[in-house]
Amino acid sequence: MITTMDQIFVLLQHWIVGFLPAFVQPFAAVLLSVVVIICLFPALFALAVWMERKGLGRMQNRLGPNRVGPFGLLQPIADGIKSLTKEDIVPLSADTPVHFLAPLLLVVAAFMGFAVLPMGRNMVLVDMDAGLLFFFAMGASTEVSVFMAGWSSRNKYSLLGAMRAVAQMISYEVVLLLSSVAVVMISGSMSLTKIVEAQNHYTWGMPHWYIFTPWGLAGFVMYAIAATAETNRSPFDLPEGESELVAGYHTEYSGFKFALFFLGEYLAMFSISGLGTTLFLGGWSAPFAFLEWVPSWIWFFSKLMMSIFVFIWMRGTLPRLRQDQLMNFAWKFVLPFTLLNLMVTALWRFMGEGWERWVVCSAILAVVWVVMGRVEMRSEHFGPRSYRYAE
Amino acid sequence: MLGEGILKGMAETARNFVGSFVSKERLTTVEYPEERIAAIENARVFPFLVYDTADWEAGLRCVACQICEKECPPKCIFIDKSKDKKPDAIGKQQFYPTRFDIDISVCMSCQICVEVCPFEAIKMDNEFELATDDRFGGLLLDRKQLAKPNEYYHQIHPTEAAAVDARLAEEKVKADAKAMGAADAAAAKAAAVLAAKPEGAGD
Repeated sequence: MITTMDQIFVLLQHWIVGFLPAFVQPFAAVLLSVVVIICLFPALFALAVWMERKGLGRMQNRLGPNRVGPFGLLQPIADGIKSLTKEDIVPLSADTPVHFLAPLLLVVAAFMGFAVLPMGRNMVLVDMDAGLLFFFAMGASTEVSVFMAGWSSRNKYSLLGAMRAVAQMISYEVVLLLSSVAVVMISGSMSLTKIVEAQNHYTWGMPHWYIFTPWGLAGFVMYAIAATAETNRSPFDLPEGESELVAGYHTEYSGFKFALFFLGEYLAMFSISGLGTTLFLGGWSAPFAFLEWVPSWIWFFSKLMMSIFVFIWMRGTLPRLRQDQLMNFAWKFVLPFTLLNLMVTALWRFMGEGWERWVVCSAILAVVWVVMGRVEMRSEHFGPRSYRYAE
Repeated sequence: MLGEGILKGMAETARNFVGSFVSKERLTTVEYPEERIAAIENARVFPFLVYDTADWEAGLRCVACQICEKECPPKCIFIDKSKDKKPDAIGKQQFYPTRFDIDISVCMSCQICVEVCPFEAIKMDNEFELATDDRFGGLLLDRKQLAKPNEYYHQIHPTEAAAVDARLAEEKVKADAKAMGAADAAAAKAAAVLAAKPEGAGD
């Protein structure tokens, strides 16, 4: 029974595909999974938007949406209908084909990431050997669509937003990759299913998730920072920066194309949270050995939604950074610390089992964290400005 | 910069998040159409015309002097003065407005009409639910829509209305005294005229 519940979707897929002739079965199986992913994540998107608006409201002592349906739960449907019925305005001087393609590409690229994410035991669309690499390749192509959107709009705010987005995403992409390299170094595989398997065993009822190691914790923190920047979420939401840039790269989009950008942003959040879950939080494995009877996909999606909640929590807490602070933070703090974390991971790997490696690795990371935080990120004190006039 | 500020901030938002479910005083939202809070006494939206007697048309305090029409900065008051005179609430012969319109789409709620009115005839209302689907006719209020009884004025601005009533009563006493004096003088004059007449003037 427990195995049936755990494998319910896999069994269901086999059962449906079983009705078809043998030669179309592989295609049908893939098609079915794709359809499920394409339906499931937009549904989660609707839920996340509701969660975000309610959660942010509560954090600001407001009620949040509560008019459409019970607790405002049907609000996303109302929003969807609204965006579908709105006029699709394309600027006269816009580069029309590029302007049209940008939101589509964004959503497609965001969906591609889900192909390699293991969402439960045996629940992965394509079990690629280099799944991690594929994921980052797809994640990087969202930058192209963001820049396409900004460039083709022929609007200074769009272009500025797109420039910021590209600068920011490229800077943090490096960190994102390097922080996950640590996981690859320990697990010895780029396949996401193998990475989950490597974390899915228990000592004294506690899991061997990578976040419960010094290098894993440091890597996870760096990954979380980079993921927030990569998905353009607050406090790194400079590309949108509504107080400065109207809406950044999607200023000139309205109606359903805007909704696609919105969807793309959330899909990116889902996929990057899903990858973070897979790499550091044990993917679909249970947090305690005695909870292993709960179906694996429940664990994956609850971890995913927890990460989304943390994203929302951060957004409710932090103000937006300035562009120079963002870049300084990326290149002077996050990147060096991630590189150091790679060294510490190597040390961890070669010190062998025992308590010594825990002490040494934790000490190195803690000391460097404090020193770099105090020295590198020291806030520069500016005196009063002096002006020199032209003579 | 070690991230402790971020943690502190997140603790604060978490406190708000949980607190808004527990404590009522954190959640200050008034869910407007269902819940309302009473308007404060000095709240003002658009002007209305005060009337005294049961019949709104006869009891209007306005005498169509047109001062407010001239003073109105955005020129949103339109008055047509009557040709004839009618007795007002205290029985004095006065002109009256045959038309008194206020275009509330233009009105800026400055209250200057109220300040300049010598007859306490125009006051500020606190009715704000004036949305209409007819943006021209629906927002041009005529004198029937504008006329509201003095009791209503007492209800929305009690202090101010009491002061106005006291002042009006005082003026009425003064006017009565003056009228009485005038009547007395007329009577005396008539008596004097009568007395001055020679006794034998009659047949």
